[in-house]
Amino acid sequence: MKKTLLSLSNLTKQFDGKTVLDSLSLDIYDGEFITLLGPSGCGKTTLLRLMAGFEHPDAGTITLSGEDLTGTPPEHRPLNTVFQHYALFPHMSVFDNVAYGLKMEKRPKEEIRERVEEALAMVQLQDYMRRKPHQLSGGQQQRVAIARAVVKRPRLLLLDEPLSALDYKLRRTMQVELKRLQRELGITFVFVTHDQEEALSMSDRVVVLKDGLVQQLGTPREVYERPANLFTARFVGETNFFPGEVESIHDGTITVDVFGLKRTLRRPDFPVREGQSLHVLLRPEDIRVLDPADEQGVAGKIVERNYKGSTLDSVIHLEYGTEVLASEFFDEDDPAFDYRLGEPVKVSWVDGWEWLLPEEADESVNEDALTDA
Amino acid sequence: MTRWLPRAYLVLVYLLLYIPIGVLVVFSFNDSRSGYTWGGLSLRWYQSLFNNNAMVEAMWNSLWLALSAATVSTVIGALTALALHRYRFRGKKVLNGMLFVVMMSPEIVLAISLLALFLLVGIQLGYVSLLLAHVTFCLPFVVITVMARLSGFDESLPEAARDLGASDFTMTRTVLIPVIMPALLAGWLLGFTLSLDDVVVSTFVSGPSYEILPLRIYSMVRVGLKPEVNALGTLLLVFSLVMLMLSQWILTRSKR
Amino acid sequence: MPSITRQPFRTAVLVLVWGWLLFLVLAPNLLVVGASVMTRDPGTFISLPLNLDAYRQLFDPLYLEVFLHSLYMAAMTTLVCLLIGYPFAWALSKLGKQRQLLLIFLLIVPFWTNSLVRTYALKMLLATNGLINSSLMGLGWIDEPLQMLYTEGAVIIGLVYLLLPFMILPLYSVFDDLRQELLLASHDLGAGRFATFIHVIVPLTLPGVLAGVMLVLLPAMGLFFVPDILGGSRNLLVGNVIKNQFLDARNWPFGAAASIVLTITMAILMLAHRLSKQRIGEEGA
Repeated sequence: MKKTLLSLSNLTKQFDGKTVLDSLSLDIYDGEFITLLGPSGCGKTTLLRLMAGFEHPDAGTITLSGEDLTGTPPEHRPLNTVFQHYALFPHMSVFDNVAYGLKMEKRPKEEIRERVEEALAMVQLQDYMRRKPHQLSGGQQQRVAIARAVVKRPRLLLLDEPLSALDYKLRRTMQVELKRLQRELGITFVFVTHDQEEALSMSDRVVVLKDGLVQQLGTPREVYERPANLFTARFVGETNFFPGEVESIHDGTITVDVFGLKRTLRRPDFPVREGQSLHVLLRPEDIRVLDPADEQGVAGKIVERNYKGSTLDSVIHLEYGTEVLASEFFDEDDPAFDYRLGEPVKVSWVDGWEWLLPEEADESVNEDALTDA
Repeated sequence: MTRWLPRAYLVLVYLLLYIPIGVLVVFSFNDSRSGYTWGGLSLRWYQSLFNNNAMVEAMWNSLWLALSAATVSTVIGALTALALHRYRFRGKKVLNGMLFVVMMSPEIVLAISLLALFLLVGIQLGYVSLLLAHVTFCLPFVVITVMARLSGFDESLPEAARDLGASDFTMTRTVLIPVIMPALLAGWLLGFTLSLDDVVVSTFVSGPSYEILPLRIYSMVRVGLKPEVNALGTLLLVFSLVMLMLSQWILTRSKR
Repeated sequence: MPSITRQPFRTAVLVLVWGWLLFLVLAPNLLVVGASVMTRDPGTFISLPLNLDAYRQLFDPLYLEVFLHSLYMAAMTTLVCLLIGYPFAWALSKLGKQRQLLLIFLLIVPFWTNSLVRTYALKMLLATNGLINSSLMGLGWIDEPLQMLYTEGAVIIGLVYLLLPFMILPLYSVFDDLRQELLLASHDLGAGRFATFIHVIVPLTLPGVLAGVMLVLLPAMGLFFVPDILGGSRNLLVGNVIKNQFLDARNWPFGAAASIVLTITMAILMLAHRLSKQRIGEEGA
């Protein structure tokens, strides 16, 4: 049984009449790495700022281990923030930056020195104590920001897109390092990002947000493999959507017509009836590209090929007009593997790898939300 | 957080800044000579201003001086900015430093150094000495205005022009000058106003042969209250306002 | 780099600019330095031998008193400008961007208006039979007019009135650059409003304070027409002394020495400003 550390209930926040958070509730467990994921404007940063105390909710409460924090100013909350652009004090040395929070607690000098050195050692910056922030690289500044936040031993660390200003390689390194720090410190991390790859690789749980509402809350695997709705499916990773129609319903399975193929699929959790339209979702790596002579499959032709190192990504234009993205692992021994542009193929998948979602009333809006990200 | 307190404070400071100017303008239309009682609406001080030949001559002198000083300083200032921006040359830092020092140093220091120079070299105190002095203190402001514009524009434009066969001079004429035109106009207006308002430097380097407006005002306001000054001040205020709005308009329009 | 002959335009520009600055900036300043160590001469203004009499004269009790009084008035002017300008710039930076631009515009409108005229406007208000006195007497708050004109206070008010925008503009610029995130970070780390002000806001706005001090303190010692109009004969500035020495007493060495004192003050302030900027990682101007 997991212990709830921070509990958000029915948080509502409006800016200039626009609802940013809509009665949002969320329990954050002690010691977990939880990520708030969503496109820009989804309310993830506002949620973080409410936790930190930089904003106050219009309605709802925030409690930390049962203690009400809703009206507490940021300086009296036992949690700290790592800011997106680090927010290091430019006039102070690295040491003074990290020591700032402890000085505010009026700790003895000796203790401050020890704890600052310890925190800097943890991020491997003990040799840079006398430098000013502007004399450090972006990655080093990031580490100072983390050291400055964790030196106060907060119950909870809030990280606001802390890696977004770093280049790709440094990002990967810092992702691993953040995970390591979180394990070693045992502090709960609340991490905000719009990068789904980052969210999946780092988190214990992911909260997918859109328009101030939680779309899905689950482990990275749940979110990726069993998206709760079309938005999550589109936002997290690449997805192919095939239109399906329910032909017949059995115990535990249903028969669905997809592009004329009759497939017997696992019966979904939502209620189904005969003749109903639904979405059959397939990740590119679940798509099988077959020889045109093959009986099973939908006919189409290759219109694009991208060599990605470990995989070969192909775009297949189906005769039905839809385009399908397929991602296959390299098999150098297979002579048929390398397709030519325009080559006719058939597309299929292994039953059970698909995921079914019902049609949604307002499906067009989702596309706009995605382009923001 | 209380929002009205900072705002009320801002309003208070603006009131303090504008009340003296407002009183000046209102009393310029006062029929009475008094600076505190209202004697009815009148334009008599404006009339007496324009009936005063020495005053009108000083106005023309000032206007002519400001026009020429602004023009000369814009030409030299623009060339200096271009040189600083485009060329590498020895002593660039020294040049920059000298301009900065001119801008920062107290006017009176500049004034006496120029007076000393003119007297020792034998330049007659009058239009020429005033022009040289005014151009000198306007110069750094023009340079800064033009530099700001130059630093904001695409470095590859001049290179593209050269690549397409323009000579250094042709490129400057066909590419650089059009690009910095708004800054030139703004710099010119700034120089014009600085020259028109200057008291400190002019006090030192002007001679009896060429009386200019600020010095005329100076001699009037040293003793007692002169309602003509109210009228003159109002005219100058309107004039500066128009110039300032013109320069702002040019700068905002060019930012599109 | 192309040779000189291939760029006649470049050569012409550099010769013109250098010529102007050498003749009208460098030469005159060297002249002043030279004049300050020479001997006063009624005919040619200055003559040999070289000596430091002018600097010694600065410490003559009579002049020393004038200088100290001028310094005191300039310091008071700067202090008042800072006290008015600091919260002003802060409040200004909190407004919406569009409104900020309008208010900045309103702030520099008076600065573009002839400073003599503005000083004269103050004189109208402060005069014995001026608007303030007549209003107060009309309200019955005072029985006889207050002596406001020709006092030390009048000079300080006049200087503040003329120089306030020069304090506000650099302050506004540092407050505008002050990143909100830094204040949040300070609160996040446990600092209250006061601690944040002392440890974060003050050090980060220091370059603006010093720039403002530089732009106010020096003119506040040089604007000789302000005491001429508002201050009477007892409240003189260093500027008045320099002017009298050059134009009336014809004592160039002494006037030059006084102006060099001003220049040295400027150099010290510029150095302090540069250091304060380097401290927060911005390149010194």
